Amino acid sequence: MRTPIAFIAGGLFGLGLHLSGMTNTDKVQGFLDFFGAWDPTLVFVMGGAIIPMFIAWRLTDTRKPLVGGDFPTPPNPLLDRQLIFGAVLFGMGWGLVGLCPGPALASLSYGGLGGIVFLLSMVAGMALAPNAKRLLDRTRAGA
Amino acid sequence: MEPDWIWGLIGGLLIGCAGAIYLLGNGRIMGASGILGGMIDGSARGAWLERTAFLAGLVAIPAVLQLLGTPAVSTNLTSNIVLVVLAGLLVGLGTRIGNGCTSGHGVCGISRLSPRGIVATLVYISAGAVMVIVLRAVMGGI
Repeated sequence: MRTPIAFIAGGLFGLGLHLSGMTNTDKVQGFLDFFGAWDPTLVFVMGGAIIPMFIAWRLTDTRKPLVGGDFPTPPNPLLDRQLIFGAVLFGMGWGLVGLCPGPALASLSYGGLGGIVFLLSMVAGMALAPNAKRLLDRTRAGA
Repeated sequence: MEPDWIWGLIGGLLIGCAGAIYLLGNGRIMGASGILGGMIDGSARGAWLERTAFLAGLVAIPAVLQLLGTPAVSTNLTSNIVLVVLAGLLVGLGTRIGNGCTSGHGVCGISRLSPRGIVATLVYISAGAVMVIVLRAVMGGI
């Protein structure tokens, strides 16, 4: 069951990203352009997505996952340096070209060579991340 | 042609349903960077098939829509390949160091009122907005 459920969820995610216009980097950079010709579409996408997810989280209080096992543990309240540092780096890359991981994958079939180059660079960054995290930990220990 | 915000809302609701199915079905948080990144750095621990199926659906459905001749979507990605490589590296590093992206921290985190999700989302939107201002100043446009 896990595999078909994951495929359906991934497919629906791709459909939503595609239909919402979030694979169009102009719309994403337009949203981030608060002092220019601001494009509010991303607010509707985020707002629309939060509604079913909010209901889903409520349902996790009283039941178990369909395939068994447990739901994720309650949210971690700890706001650490890695969270902030990572979000800053991610936001810089996101603003630079208007792609984040979901849309980069969803647009793979029509994103051309540039889309493939982005995805490969992103994978390289993900592969380097554990080392970068260790380095970050070490600088804190030394400080 | 309907206004963009209607498509944004429809697409958003579908994205939320996808996350709800993944959560209520498999008990997992639908975060694109976590699902892919866990396979790349080896932290996926046996959930390979599930993750591969998710990514296959994510790539395949938009591809099928294009084949069926739905209105073509252009990504309008910059042709400046240096920017593309730099942005890819930053997104890959940042999402894994910060443990989430727009789907994990944004959609799934905010909807459960996770402090980390809310703070990360505010930070990456701010960083992105600053980057767009810098791009505008340095390159004369985005």
